[in-house]
This record gives sequence, C-alpha cells and structure tokens, in this order.
Amino acid sequence: MSEALKVPIMADMMTAGTTPDILFWVGSAGSFDDRAKKITRAFVKLLNKANVNFAVLGTEESSSGDAAKRAGNEFLFQMQAITNIEVMNMYEVKKIVTCCPHSYNTIKNEYPELGGKYEVYHHTEFLQQLLKEGKLKISGDTFKGKKVTFHDPCYLGRANEVYEAPRELIKSLGVDLVEMKRNKLNSLCCGAGGAQMFKEPEPGSMDINVLRTEDAMETSAEIIATGCPFCNTMMTDGVKAKDQEGKIEVLDIAELLAKSL
Amino acid sequence: MKYIDNILFIAILTAGLWFFAKNIKSLVRNIKLGKDIDRTDNKAARWKNMAKIALGQGKMVRRPVSGLLHIVVYVGFILINIEVLEIVIDGVFGTHRIFTKILPDSVYGFLIGNFEVLAFLVLVAVIIFWIRRNVIKIARFWNNEMKGWPRSDGNMILYFEMVLMTLFLVMNATDIHFQEMNTGNVISQYIAPIFSGLEDSTLHMVERGAWWLHIVGILIFLNYLYYSKHLHILLAFPNTFFANLNPKGQFTNDANVTKEVMMMMDPDADPYAMPAEGAEEEVATFGAKDVTDLSWVNLLNAYTCTECGRCTSECPANLTGKKLSPRKIMMDTRDRLEEVGKNIDANNGEFKDDGKNLFDWITKEEIWACTSCNACVEACPVNIDPLSIIMDMRRYLVMEESAAPAELNNMMQNVENNGAPWPYNQMDRLKWVDE
Repeated sequence: MSEALKVPIMADMMTAGTTPDILFWVGSAGSFDDRAKKITRAFVKLLNKANVNFAVLGTEESSSGDAAKRAGNEFLFQMQAITNIEVMNMYEVKKIVTCCPHSYNTIKNEYPELGGKYEVYHHTEFLQQLLKEGKLKISGDTFKGKKVTFHDPCYLGRANEVYEAPRELIKSLGVDLVEMKRNKLNSLCCGAGGAQMFKEPEPGSMDINVLRTEDAMETSAEIIATGCPFCNTMMTDGVKAKDQEGKIEVLDIAELLAKSL
Repeated sequence: MKYIDNILFIAILTAGLWFFAKNIKSLVRNIKLGKDIDRTDNKAARWKNMAKIALGQGKMVRRPVSGLLHIVVYVGFILINIEVLEIVIDGVFGTHRIFTKILPDSVYGFLIGNFEVLAFLVLVAVIIFWIRRNVIKIARFWNNEMKGWPRSDGNMILYFEMVLMTLFLVMNATDIHFQEMNTGNVISQYIAPIFSGLEDSTLHMVERGAWWLHIVGILIFLNYLYYSKHLHILLAFPNTFFANLNPKGQFTNDANVTKEVMMMMDPDADPYAMPAEGAEEEVATFGAKDVTDLSWVNLLNAYTCTECGRCTSECPANLTGKKLSPRKIMMDTRDRLEEVGKNIDANNGEFKDDGKNLFDWITKEEIWACTSCNACVEACPVNIDPLSIIMDMRRYLVMEESAAPAELNNMMQNVENNGAPWPYNQMDRLKWVDE
C-alpha cells in the first residue's frame, strides 16, 4: 500500500445519513485494469487534497455498458444502463465525475432517455474547476519546461467537444504543450474505441496505436498526456512498439497533476 | 416556319424538366423507403446548420486548397445560372439578350462581365480539380472503391463543366452585337480574335451553335445528376438541415429494446403472459440488415455523398490498411438502395425478395473494423453520418445473428456475468483502494 486514500462509499454514507456532493464513477477499467487503477488513485489523491466531498459506488457499480453498446449489443447495454440508473437514482445522485470518457459519454448522453439524468463531468473538467476555485494548488516545478503533447480521446473531443479543459490543466504545469498535426476535432483515434479494445484488429498494414504514436513522436514530446484509460493503454503499447520506452512517458492528466502537488 | 426555333426550344426544355422531375420523384420515393425518424425539432439550429455548412461552405474550407477552389465553382455555378434565366426567356420568345432591353447597358455589362470572370475562374478551378485527380493522383481519389464508374463519373462532371463554361464564353465572343456593345465582354474580348477571320454569317452560326449547345448541355447535366455522384449540389441543403444535432458521441437507444428490457426488469411482469388477443405485435428487427432497415436520413445521406473521400482519408481504420472505408459504406448503401428501387419499379410497386441484402455489399470485416471515433462524421463537408449505418449493421449482426467476433462475445459475457468487460469479480471493484 503506497499511501492511504480516503474513499467514501455511497452505501456507508447513506447509513451515516450523509450525502456526497458528487459521485466518482470509477468505471471498469479504473477498477480492474492495472494501469488504469494508478490513474484512479492519482485522481482520488487530488480529490482528497482538495477536500472534495465525494463517494464511489464500490461493489454496486457495474459496467456502464458502453463497450456492449458500441459492439452492437443494445440489449446488454440497456440492461446495464437501467441497472446502474436504478442504483444511482436510489442514492439520489445529482453530479457525477469520471476519468473514463466512455462512461462519461454514455452516462451524459445515453442514460437520460432511460431515466438517468445527471450533471456529468470528465475528470479534466472537474479538476479545472477545482483549480479555478483555488481548492487545488499545483506547483509548476515537477514537469517544468518538459515537452508534453495531449492525445484527444474521441469520446471526450469529437464526441462531446471538450478540447480546452485538458489543455488548460496541462498548461498549468508550466510545461511546453506541443500539438500533434492531427489534434482536437481532427484528432486520430488511438484504436481502442468502438469495442476494439477487446478484440484483435482486422488485417491491415499497421496498428492504429502505432500510427498515433508516430504522430506524437513527430512533436518530439517527452510526455504523452492522456485523458482516457483505453487511450493510455494503446499509447503505452504504441510507445513500446516504437522502442521509445524510457524516452516517452504516457501519463494521464490526473497523474501529471498528482505528481505536481 | 417562323416559330420552329421557339417550338423546338420549348420541346427540349419541357423534356429536360420532365425527365428531371421524374428522377426527383424516384429519388424521394427511394429515400422514403427508410425508417421514420424525427428530424424536425429545433428548426432554428437546423436552418443555421444549412446556412453555415451548405450555403456558407463552412466545413469545405477546413482544407483550404480544395475548399477555396470549390467555392469558386459553387459561386460560379449559382451566379452564372442567372444568365440561364435570360437564355430560357430568349429561347421561349425568340428574343435575343432580352435583358439588354430591360436593363441599362452598364448594369447588363456589369452582370455579364462578372459572369465571364466567374466562368473563366470556374474553368481554371475545374482544370486544377482534374489535375488533382488525374495527374497529382491525390490518394483519396484512388482508393479501391474509386475504380471504374466512380472515377469516370468524377471526371465526366469536370468535362461537363469545362465544356459548359467554354460554350458560355464562346457564345459571348462570337456575338457580334454583344462585342460591339463592348461592355461586359471582359474575358470574351480576348477570345473574339480567334474567330476574327470568319464571315459574319458563319460567326452567327457559331454563336447560335454555342447558345444551343450550352442550354442543351445544361439540361443534359441536370438529368445526369441522378445517375452521378453529383446530387450534392441539390441535396447538400436538405442533408445539412436534417443532420444530427445531438453530441456526436450520443448513439440512439433502440426503443424496442427499451420496451423488452423494462418488461424483463419489472418484478410485476408475468413472463408467461400471452399477448392480448387481436393485438398481433409487429416483429421488430433489431439493427439493419438491408437499406429499408436504415433511417430515411441515412438514405438521404447516401444520395448526397459526392465521394470526395475526406471521411476515408481521416478514418483510422482505413489509414492503417483495413478494408473499412466510410465513403464505400455510403456508396454501397446508395447502390443497394438503387437496386431495391428498381426491383420495386419492376414489380408493380412491391418489393420482391431478391435474396440479397446490404451485407452483400458491405462485409462484416468492414463493419467490425470501425473504432466509432466519429472522424468520418466530423470530416464530411455536408454532415453525412456513415457511423450510424455501421452501428445499425453491428446491432443486426449481434442481436439477430449472434455473429460478433469471438473476443467480443467473451467481453459481452463478462459484462453480463460480472458487470465488467473482463472476468473479474464485481465484489473486487474496490481493491484498487488498498493497492
């Protein structure tokens, strides 16, 4: 155990008669994937530091259904969505924050029609707010002067037009933010979306994550900043495939911030 | 015999417009074969989209070179059509340049002068387009789906425009009266010397020839539209009006599925209940197997696509050598829709099962290669949405045929059994806290 995190659980809070200001939707990747768990921990560290009154669903959380839906299984998606909505409505959840753009997109855009209406934030949007309100203070020394490029997650960028929040956060670190030739609305997918994360790619001339890593290498960035656990995995694999380990680090924005406290 | 020209003109014009109307009728009928979907909400935003994207070419200029050249051709096309109005009036009534009688010479000269400059610029732009396609061989015009007819179709349209613009300028250059007016002949005065050796009567014949070929050419072009990829000059407007206004990441929730899921999860529902007598329920197909399972907006999209390939050139799957090309999805949808339409025409208005469906055009390999990243939707200059067709076809494969790739079946089984795409126990969801 590295350092103790305060992670209040929804059910416990209800028993104690308290309510959180916001629900942290961890997501399946954030709960189980070894790399993504580090992002989850980094984000919670920031929440703790800013004294945010939050809670997680813990074992009551289940897959958002995003992967099932993009794979074409609308039944499974709606089963998941409606189950999750029942749980969240029972706890009278109003606000949700998540580190996963896939959960973010489906809860924000596809849950309302099924009865789940919440204010949903991507963690970069939420962190930007905390910074603005002065609840979170970042020292600009850890990464000062480093070249950082940001890879837009499709489900945050094109899908929901959030381009500035992650960039503002990166700039607050005193780094040199360099853009890839394909960025913002022209950004290139990492290759994981649409349930591709869970299958081998179709035959082709190369893997998408390798092409995207080449985009990043052209900027000669030392750090690829991400805002999605799947993008993180894909870019980390891409960096390995291009023999750039040790030269390029792939880090979530929450991790960059947590290391700059 | 004095009126033979007028009668001939009216006959040609009527035939041209009649065929065009007939084609538009088939087009509308075919689009209506799609499933109903409401795209009449938020009219203000829809008009705004149409004004910005279709009328204002807002998305075209994201690629400045082709965008600006396109604006030249687009503006030229629209404005020079004012001249067609004069041609039609002259043709019907046997007048010659009727507007010279109505407008002051200076105004007429100003108008025609602008048309001449535009015609010249269009000619230049179209030649550059031809060079981009055939000499520079820009990659997106040479993908697999662009072999054969689609490629010659693209060139044919450019030749049409070259010929029409040349005829317009030659018509002006050989019009003795117009050249003598010496106002508005900003370009044609430099072409006139080419014909200077000709007798006045020959010159008149050349002028008449160019005049007739110009208007007949326009009518042929109008009727060529339906058979070509060029319908976007008309359909870009309704297409941007009816385009999706929701966030791009929001996919539709199938209402039929919602009904069934709600029933399954309702503790009071009787699982053995029989449907009430007489209430014969229509069996809903999930997803899309054929074009008639798609929405009418998807079908409008297919007719609107002008095969520019911006979508495909931004598609991560296509860029890395996969078979998927969003442009091909649109072309295939249109080809199949045309076939279904012809089938209906040949069978007295009823579709006769031909044993085929959209999967005979679009393979599963293409469908499964999509990352749903929306790059194609973003790239389309007229807001076509190939992604929604891909998703509907995936839904059909998974929910009707259980034909997902094995790895995806594993993933879905995990979600079903333990609420995560991986085989971890739901009870372990909080382990990250203590790691």
